[in-house]
Amino acid sequence: MAQAETPSASEIDRELTMSRAMVEAIAHEMREDEEVFVMGEDVADYGGIFDSTQGLLEEFGHDRIMDVPISETAFMGAGVGAAMQGMRPICELMFADFFGVCMDQLYNNMAKTTYMSGGSVSVPMTVMTAVGGTYNDAAQHSQTLYGTFAHLPGMKVVVPSTAYDAKGLMHTAIRDDDPVVYMFHKRLMGLAWMPAPEGPKTGVPEERYEIPFGEADVKREGEDATVVTLGLHVHRALEAAEGLATDGIDAEVIDLRTLVPLDTETVLESVRKTGRLVVVDEDYHSYGVSGELIARATEGALEDLEAVDRVTAPDTPIPYSRPLENEFQPNTDDIAAAVRSITQ
Amino acid sequence: MYKEMVTARYYEERLQEEYLEGKQPAFDISAGPIPGELHLAAGHEASGAGVCAHLRDSDTVTAPHRPHHVAISKGVDLERMTAEIFGRETGLSKGKGGHMHLYDPEVNFACSGIIAQGCPPAVGAALTAKKRNTDDVAVAFLGEGAISQGAFLESLNLAAVQELPVVFVIEDNDWAISMPKERVTDVEDGSRRAWGFDMHGERVDADDAVTVYEAADDAIGRARDGNGPSVLEVQVHRRMGHFMGDPESYRPEADVERAQRRDCITRMETRLREHGFEESDLEGIREGAHERVDEAIEWAKDQPEPEPEATYEDVFTNSPDSWPDRPSREVTATDGGEE
Ligand SMILES: Cc1ncc(C[n+]2csc(CCOP(=O)(O)OP(=O)(O)O)c2C)c(N)n1
Repeated sequence: MAQAETPSASEIDRELTMSRAMVEAIAHEMREDEEVFVMGEDVADYGGIFDSTQGLLEEFGHDRIMDVPISETAFMGAGVGAAMQGMRPICELMFADFFGVCMDQLYNNMAKTTYMSGGSVSVPMTVMTAVGGTYNDAAQHSQTLYGTFAHLPGMKVVVPSTAYDAKGLMHTAIRDDDPVVYMFHKRLMGLAWMPAPEGPKTGVPEERYEIPFGEADVKREGEDATVVTLGLHVHRALEAAEGLATDGIDAEVIDLRTLVPLDTETVLESVRKTGRLVVVDEDYHSYGVSGELIARATEGALEDLEAVDRVTAPDTPIPYSRPLENEFQPNTDDIAAAVRSITQ
Repeated sequence: MYKEMVTARYYEERLQEEYLEGKQPAFDISAGPIPGELHLAAGHEASGAGVCAHLRDSDTVTAPHRPHHVAISKGVDLERMTAEIFGRETGLSKGKGGHMHLYDPEVNFACSGIIAQGCPPAVGAALTAKKRNTDDVAVAFLGEGAISQGAFLESLNLAAVQELPVVFVIEDNDWAISMPKERVTDVEDGSRRAWGFDMHGERVDADDAVTVYEAADDAIGRARDGNGPSVLEVQVHRRMGHFMGDPESYRPEADVERAQRRDCITRMETRLREHGFEESDLEGIREGAHERVDEAIEWAKDQPEPEPEATYEDVFTNSPDSWPDRPSREVTATDGGEE
């Protein structure tokens, strides 16, 4: 794994927030390669609503950190066009929820061009987008939509949960010759106005390092049950695992890190060891990541599976009011309860 | 109009106070009595009031993410709107929608938080009026930043070819979050977008409610009389950050000061005084408005929050028997692995 050559998060004393780590990777790639540029709404002077481009304007100017009109179809499509010419655009879709206004450019142009051209044209483009709730922004601004992007073929899908991963995965995303959708959870960015949980702020090496796609990370080892998750819920699962440990239940927590490609092998290995699987996903319950993971576990480790469960958001739009959003959001207690229910 | 304008201004001042409670000194968006984001429209009141003064309950309005001034002028239920903003059970959407997603079918008002996406439904309401042979009209409000969206331009085209009774009202506050207008469009007058569709387009350069009223009379009258759609752009000012908590570090100080100086409400007061209104008349209107707002806010804060189970209701009007379609834990915890 990449950590072999690069010092791991715990060996470094310099801690960064997830947004700083992402920006550091982007800046590094932009310095090395003139063809890398950023396009999006409020990415320049504002520095990105979620600080994903904070400080880049000062170094690279408006020509390379481009504020664009509110025209996602136009600028996502322009990103595709530039990528087809060999440039390496990073286009920010401010909230994943806004994909509806530009999805044709993403899934029909960005994601299918390589295939439709028989491999003769590649689209080395990165789409950055903010996902997730927990701050009552309601149905049109709080979705995660992991499953939607991962379902449609032709784009790689990345979901970091720590600053260390965020930087390494960003380097890999920008260097990748394929379209990559890089989905960052707002609650993990380390914003002053949206306090992050303990965890996403980690040690981050100053040098460039890549985290290969398709390598899940075992964030906690355990013997009794496997909890597979991503994004914000990695931290909730780790918290749940700490609580369970005091009751003598030893949960393993796997952070998928990338959905496409998906590291099925790490999940299966863990399930073979523990015999019990809980998938946790902030995305909608049906037809998504949780169903996919359980299907893969049954396909690959049916004999070893003793029990499965999933903890997800329900199949409803995301409600606004606090008691409703709390009900909607899978939380630490839900995860602990699910693990208990299949280990007892 | 003055009444609607001061109601909207005071309403938002009160919302701002409530919103900031519990967020000080550090600004935590998820703390305090009002959930989520809050976009205030201080400085936009002239457009909402001047346009909606021509509308009846049966006319449709679609508003964007900055909806309160338009909602108030359209006659949206103030108590239930406030309860919605506080996330209460008796809110317009039972606490599910929130401030960017207000729906009041009694007065045909709806919102969307996705930029320009209120335009096509307004076209649909206008289409309905035409099909049903009523003289109702539809008005879509949007910002100058939103007019770069495909949904807006496609709506203009559809409305034009179908000659529909719809008016697109662009509130030009010179900013789309951090993006100044001149960096996102080369056309200073957004109403000229209409010309490309052979449609009537007009711009009101001053944020003066009476001038807006007159221009809207023309545009809405045109629609009501079966003479087709139009675009009306109104110069307004953004007196605050894009949303509550926006540090506005991208915005020149002089621009903020200019917005503060040009206040559509002060302007309206000057006009009213010129027309013989006494200070006491104005004070009376203001007091009435403040009282109504305070009552609505007090009422809303007394309302209960929704029960968590309500999360699963209202996904459909006609819920399938198996709804909510979520297997219980007993079902998913299998014992498949026994040898
Ligand atoms: C499709 C889409 N893209 C981006 C956003 C994020 N966004 C919300 S408001 C806004 C700026 C809108 O500016 P403008 O239309 O001028 O209205 P104003 O806020 O100035 O009233 C942006 C970019 C969104 N909600 N929907």
